[in-house]
Amino acid sequence: MLSRTVQFRSAAAAAFIAAALLAGPAQAQRDPAYASARASGQVGEKTDGYLGVVGTGNAEVRHLVDDINIKRKAVYAQQAQAQHATVEEYAFTAGCLAIGRTVSGEKYQAPDGSWNTRTSAAPVRDDRCP
Amino acid sequence: MTYPELTDGDPAAIVPAMQGFSNQGRPSGLRSNAVAVLVGGALAMGGCVSVNAPDKPIVIELNINIKQEVIYRLAADAGATIDKNAGIF
Repeated sequence: MLSRTVQFRSAAAAAFIAAALLAGPAQAQRDPAYASARASGQVGEKTDGYLGVVGTGNAEVRHLVDDINIKRKAVYAQQAQAQHATVEEYAFTAGCLAIGRTVSGEKYQAPDGSWNTRTSAAPVRDDRCP
Repeated sequence: MTYPELTDGDPAAIVPAMQGFSNQGRPSGLRSNAVAVLVGGALAMGGCVSVNAPDKPIVIELNINIKQEVIYRLAADAGATIDKNAGIF
């Protein structure tokens, strides 16, 4: 049991490293684990422009979310500097758009902080969103 | 020290208490006021409001100072950034 877990972990780590090497800086498509976590509502788009774990989650989901948020923050910081804005302003703007782009069944955070499931109707967003 | 000219020739106003007659005039009034304050305080204590810690986490809104005009200025670029980095959005 233990050895199997270790095997799984090392295999996952190897796959992750291989994916990181292949993908490079700009990934064109979502990682399958990320795509399924979104579709199943385990993760959702927060109002601040970052991904959030819906509910308590588990170690894998939390790791996935942290990994994506670190990458997002790097992109936000770079673009915010180019646009003469703060990282928070840029991230918030991207959050507005990311919530707007969620599809039915995905989770997003409403301005009051609660997690909502996206339907065919427009999402509940901050008044300042474009 | 008394200044008769300030009282227009009348004898200077002297509170008896100042001369040692402490059981007359103002002091007794002060005492009844003090009793009223104590009673009032005791009543207020009886209706004491207890404040409990909230069971939900406190959400602090950090984006409150982000201006709408800034968001509108950044929107086009942010949209392009999301498209370019589709793997993490």
